[in-house]
Amino acid sequence: MTLLEIHEPGETPLPHAGEGSLAVGIDLGTTNSVVAIARDGTSAALHDETGRALVPSVVAYPAAGGVLVGDEALALAASEPRNVVASIKRLMGRGAADLHAVAGVLPYEVEPGTGETDMVKLRIGGKARSPVEISAEILKALRARAEAALEKPVERAVITVPAYFDDAARTATRDAARVAGLEVLRLVNEPTAAALAYGLDKGSEGLYAVYDLGGGTFDFSLLRLEKGVFQVLATGGDTALGGDDFDRAIAERMLDERRRDGLADQLDETSVKAALALARHMKEQLSDRDQTSGRLDIAGTPSFHTLTLAEFDAMVETYVARTLDISRSVLADAGMVAADVEGVVLVGGSTRVPLVRTKVAGMIGKPPLTDIDPDEVVALGAALQAEALTGGGDTLLLDVTPLSLGLETMGGIVEKIVPRNTPIPAQLAQDFTTYQDGQSAMSIHVVQGEREMVADCRSLARFELLGIPPMTAGAARIRVSFAVDADGLLTVAAEERTTGVVQRVEVKPSYGLSHEDMADMLYDSMDNAEADMNLRLLTEARVEARRGLLALEAALVKDGTLLSVGERAAIDAARARLETAMEGESRDEINAAAEALEALSKPFAERRMDRGIREALSGMSMGDLESRVGE
Amino acid sequence: MDHFARLGLPAALDLDAVALDRAYFALQRQWHPDRFVSRPPDERARASAEAASLNEAYRTLKDPLSRAFYLAGMAGVNLPGDGKTIDDPDLLMEAMEAREALHDAGSLEAIDKLAADARQDIQKALAGLSSLFLANDRTAIRKALLRLRYLDKFAEEARARRMNIDRSNA
Repeated sequence: MTLLEIHEPGETPLPHAGEGSLAVGIDLGTTNSVVAIARDGTSAALHDETGRALVPSVVAYPAAGGVLVGDEALALAASEPRNVVASIKRLMGRGAADLHAVAGVLPYEVEPGTGETDMVKLRIGGKARSPVEISAEILKALRARAEAALEKPVERAVITVPAYFDDAARTATRDAARVAGLEVLRLVNEPTAAALAYGLDKGSEGLYAVYDLGGGTFDFSLLRLEKGVFQVLATGGDTALGGDDFDRAIAERMLDERRRDGLADQLDETSVKAALALARHMKEQLSDRDQTSGRLDIAGTPSFHTLTLAEFDAMVETYVARTLDISRSVLADAGMVAADVEGVVLVGGSTRVPLVRTKVAGMIGKPPLTDIDPDEVVALGAALQAEALTGGGDTLLLDVTPLSLGLETMGGIVEKIVPRNTPIPAQLAQDFTTYQDGQSAMSIHVVQGEREMVADCRSLARFELLGIPPMTAGAARIRVSFAVDADGLLTVAAEERTTGVVQRVEVKPSYGLSHEDMADMLYDSMDNAEADMNLRLLTEARVEARRGLLALEAALVKDGTLLSVGERAAIDAARARLETAMEGESRDEINAAAEALEALSKPFAERRMDRGIREALSGMSMGDLESRVGE
Repeated sequence: MDHFARLGLPAALDLDAVALDRAYFALQRQWHPDRFVSRPPDERARASAEAASLNEAYRTLKDPLSRAFYLAGMAGVNLPGDGKTIDDPDLLMEAMEAREALHDAGSLEAIDKLAADARQDIQKALAGLSSLFLANDRTAIRKALLRLRYLDKFAEEARARRMNIDRSNA
């Protein structure tokens, strides 16, 4: 007789074992997307009928109806520009507050979202559509391509995201997959996936760096590869730095040349686009030759431009130098130097620029690894991880959080709870206390970023912890815990612990950091470390002084009668001086005024203590006292 | 369970880095959420919590400085809050002089020298700690740890200052 097993709904054990459905790896890129499959530790990108692996990340909603994705959508850009969306990845997880960041970048009507997600929507083809919906169309097309190529249903995927994608963007990516009918086995960071592709295919071991320069973003990650373990040690980047900057530099030069020659320079959107397109073409030409030329047509006046590799190198040198700068600070974060690096993997189309290759090779002291196509390497790594997750492979991927997570404390100072480069999953907690007597609520403000002050970091979520029992300032113990799961998603909870009154509030940040903000914040933190520290010290001095003033005030209300009129006047004058100093910018002045006040009020404090002891002792027999002492 | 026990290692300041990695990787192989993708939610939650504890233990023990502080906590040595007050007059003097030197250092080389000195002092102080732990001399451990904390902070400040100068020269 067979015993029947009963399971909770949705909790069937090993639902995937032995099923016909396959798991793929997907690189959902800003410009292009790729889907790949791995079998027995070897992965391959899936091609269309014409043999192309790259699917342009473009979606069209034609006037005639239906939805087009990829090259077909791109073909519609000329005739129906308002019905075609590109670069939707830049809007994933963006809220209304981020709109300024993308204004002018994307030629769409963008409207603030409604409801709980607060994510923006685009007005495309006469309908408001969310970035999640639009990304889902790309994922559906990739899924269809995979099913056609593999002749089997595809229901599960590992999807890659930039290491710098914040909580909201990761959630949005998961949601898009769900809309496309794909179960996300894991979100994997793009550089980590690239390292997987190299490590698993080539069996590399040691310390490896991944240098990922795309159209608009730069990421640098450091990993240790050892017997199937991929341990990310540190990661960093700049999301407003990439090949687009190179194109812009070339285009500006050509437009300058036209101006110099007195040619028509009525610049409109179309002519700028034409200049950028030609610039891009010339840049690509210079990947394997020393000189290139092109013809630019604006307002019916053609102009001819030549560009040598040496000139191009000079134009992009500062951008490349910045990527090296960031790379070095990631190395420093991990306590490593360039010579420790066994090999550096190049990812992203912009790493085809010869100067990038030379400079990276120069920094690491070894030629970079380029034998896997930089456009496909991320998807190939994702496919390998999908196989490892479903087939029970022996690979172990240990990733980290890219940005610090913390809380706002008194005076707008950030208290970091989860420092950047903490291995995930992570669960960290810190105790906080109340600031004022009888304080019954505490406002919890969750922020992300490297700077010392809240105003310079990105706000992720706010909530109130209510019902704190009345206690003197500093007596309550409020534990705030942060949990970051293996996908990099954050949950925050708070509870009051002293009185046994436990109140938990869970928060899932609904939307967060814009891609560019994140990079800017990281970069700013390096620039401003010293200024930040000074500001922090000043703020701490103010907070400390305020705390002292509050305590003194409370004591004066209760025991003010212990002071003579003269003493009271002197203390009040010192209080006023401290208040004035606190409004100023000098930490030394605040500390000096606080010390003066403390010295003045010391006799008062002593008298209060005497009175307290007398009160405690009064009415107590000698025997009581002795038994107390004996305790 | 303390961090050492979680990783199956002896609670000692001198820890073999290779043994630490080996223990950590082996346990992560067992508990990492990637191993539980197809398991029921309660098992997944347990694995996630275990993996997070392992990460915390690993992160704490990996760095010799944080390992020393953790071990001191286990030995009942209490340290005042994060570097706000220095109650050791010798250390106070050392800190003031070093800060002044950093303030006056105008060149990258001068700052690098100060940072390198601080790092060397950290190594020396760490080397001396083992015997203090063996003797369970809490007063001396506390004094040494306060100095280590200050040196670490100083090295970090020097690094921040170096980056600022580097950037303004660029």
